[in-house]
Amino acid sequence: MNVPDYTIALVVAIPLLGAFLTPLVGRINDKLRNIFVILVLTLNAFLVFLLASDVLTTGIKTYVFGAQDISYPIVRILFEVDAMSIFMAIISSILVTVAVIYSWSFMKENTGLDKYYTLILLLTAGMLGMVLTGDMFNFFVFLEITSIASCALIAFWTHKGESVEAGFKYIVISAMGALFVLFAIALLYGQYNALNIALLSSVIQYTFLDKIALVLLIVALAMKAGIVPMHMWLPDSYGSAPSSISIILVSATLASLYGVFRVIFTLYGNVLSKIANFGIPVNVLIGWLIVALAVISILIGVFMALIQSDFKRLIAYGAVAELGYMFLGIGTGIVALGTAYGKTALDGGIFHVINDALDVGLLFLVAGAIYYATKETSLDKLGGLARNMKYTTVFFIIGFLAVAGMPPLNGFASKLLIYESTFQLNPILAIVAILCSILLLAVFVKVFYSAFMGPQLPKFKDVKEVPKSMLFSMGIIACIIVIFGLFPEFIINNLVEPAANALIGYSEYISQVVVGGI
Amino acid sequence: MIFNIPYIAVAVLILLGLYALIFKRNLIKMVIGITLIESGVNLFLITLGYRKESIAPIYTSSPGGVMAFPVPQALTLTSIVIGVAVIALMLSLVMHIYRHYGTLDVRKVRRLKE
Amino acid sequence: MTKMSKIVRTIASIAFPFAMIYGLYVIAHGHLTPGGGFQGGAIAASACAMILVAFGSKWTLDKIKEKRLSVFESLGGIGFIAIALLGLVFGAAFFNNFLTGSNFLFGTIPATGSGLADINTGGVLPLMNFAVGLKVIVGLFVIVLVMAYAATSFKEDKK
Repeated sequence: MNVPDYTIALVVAIPLLGAFLTPLVGRINDKLRNIFVILVLTLNAFLVFLLASDVLTTGIKTYVFGAQDISYPIVRILFEVDAMSIFMAIISSILVTVAVIYSWSFMKENTGLDKYYTLILLLTAGMLGMVLTGDMFNFFVFLEITSIASCALIAFWTHKGESVEAGFKYIVISAMGALFVLFAIALLYGQYNALNIALLSSVIQYTFLDKIALVLLIVALAMKAGIVPMHMWLPDSYGSAPSSISIILVSATLASLYGVFRVIFTLYGNVLSKIANFGIPVNVLIGWLIVALAVISILIGVFMALIQSDFKRLIAYGAVAELGYMFLGIGTGIVALGTAYGKTALDGGIFHVINDALDVGLLFLVAGAIYYATKETSLDKLGGLARNMKYTTVFFIIGFLAVAGMPPLNGFASKLLIYESTFQLNPILAIVAILCSILLLAVFVKVFYSAFMGPQLPKFKDVKEVPKSMLFSMGIIACIIVIFGLFPEFIINNLVEPAANALIGYSEYISQVVVGGI
Repeated sequence: MIFNIPYIAVAVLILLGLYALIFKRNLIKMVIGITLIESGVNLFLITLGYRKESIAPIYTSSPGGVMAFPVPQALTLTSIVIGVAVIALMLSLVMHIYRHYGTLDVRKVRRLKE
Repeated sequence: MTKMSKIVRTIASIAFPFAMIYGLYVIAHGHLTPGGGFQGGAIAASACAMILVAFGSKWTLDKIKEKRLSVFESLGGIGFIAIALLGLVFGAAFFNNFLTGSNFLFGTIPATGSGLADINTGGVLPLMNFAVGLKVIVGLFVIVLVMAYAATSFKEDKK
């Protein structure tokens, strides 16, 4: 289906306009404001889906801000949307819409909700801008919008010391990371006099300064994506933020992950495969580095999850392990670029991005529901909740089975692809991945037993099922998880495969902007 | 040599900022570290746009001659604006931390463990 | 924050209009001279902050409601995005400068080459500067105001 080009601009503009309108609507009525925010985000998600159907059928779309055409030399801000960008945009819009519906009941008793919703809309604009933009400096600006908004949201419960502490940790990490990104952009700009990703990618030389810029970009963005050994902030902020924010943070983290992919595959895609260090192509070296980091992430994530006693921190460490699986798939894909199993690994890694967002998101929503009902997140004090909270229990079972990679849910589909391909690269990798997946299942079975099973505790006798809006939002994600698990082929062929091709096909990305390609 | 002085200043500012961020234990000093890194990066950007004996890039009633490159200046301004927001947010978080913990020492602000 | 001595208050009230006008001048001439919405807004906001420091946060909060200020802040943001969207409606693209060349508001095209500045140029740029200026004045002032208020209430809690 064809949509006009300006849909790309609207996708970022509508949440921004909504963000500034929210305080004004909030002065009239609280309910009206909630409806308004949900409507804005639903409309935006609808536009993203329309755009997706267009991009997936007709190929890359570009949009120039402020003028009709790209004028040369390129000085204008350019949005370039390919299948990978739209894939990430779909994840962000689903998660944000669900989180806002969830917030209706979850945040009901809080004050200052005008600012809460304003920040959520700003965060949405930032995430969508990050994944849709085709300009390095614009990417930095949206990165900063995302980090400022998400930091303020992590520390939203300012009456809790932990939230504020986690917020401060997050802002220090992200401010430093963003400044590194800006420094790298300045290094590239000083050499090539260009900020456009496609243009930079077509002229990049891999000089000494480019190497510094590459390291700075990957380190800063991987830090924001929460890869071990730079994961310290992630459990703190996921664990201390309100649950409705934790799920949005998952997608904000994934937007940084997209930045890593864009840098490796597109910005440096042209040079990395052609230049060799120590007789090995540089991209193979980077691929092995990513695989190593991924294995460490999986191990540390799972083993730290084993010893946690706080529900949300446990899920957060599970999320670190899941990030490791994504990186394992992508890293294997880079090492074995061009072979059949390399393609499978890339597919698996990218498919796991959306699966992780949904599964971990659902678990965070369940943790939030338990907190809402019992005001408790410590696993030692919970117990016997299945008697009173039937639907939440069902959603938790779906969530943890999906995270642990049990068939027929979506986590299994993507993890199977990752196991298959990593086994061909090195069997030990696949064995570690499978064992850790089983351990993750064990961790969550423990949680399931201690929180939901067992005798009914006297203090939780009057616990009621959570309100409908929370059940509804958990239900949406659970449905998507089951559908993805039942029809993985459909999703892989129509959404994941184009995204993987878009990552590999950097020359097409370049030729959309630069006349004559490379 | 004289044209390299800004780049040396950039390196000094960024390293000082990193030093303050890593080794200082006072939260306010960590915020100062972030501002130092930010100033270093901004100085770097603005230096990139400098031309020898150039004038400010304003067309109206300009005396003519080489103009400095305006794009890095625009980038720097954007980065300064973002910096203001980040610093304001950090300082307000520091205020909240002081309210909850009664201290600004990072070693004592540790309720989140592992 | 308590109020300062009478000398400081008098000087602050004399200096306030000058600082404010200078800030507004920088905003209004943003498309001609160095400066613009953010810089001018920062100057004007520092004038407001001077009043806050001189007269104390309690006095200022009695005069100005923080909620009312945030409405103006939203209006600034809405103005910016709305002008950008109008570029999509009337012009070629989002953020398009649709006013330039129209001889309407700020619509004249300046003569090429060096000459005296003409305020009636720039198309949507001055309008965007006004929107950003409004947002920055109010936004920065609210930040300072809330911080001062929080610091005061914290001291009272401790007592």
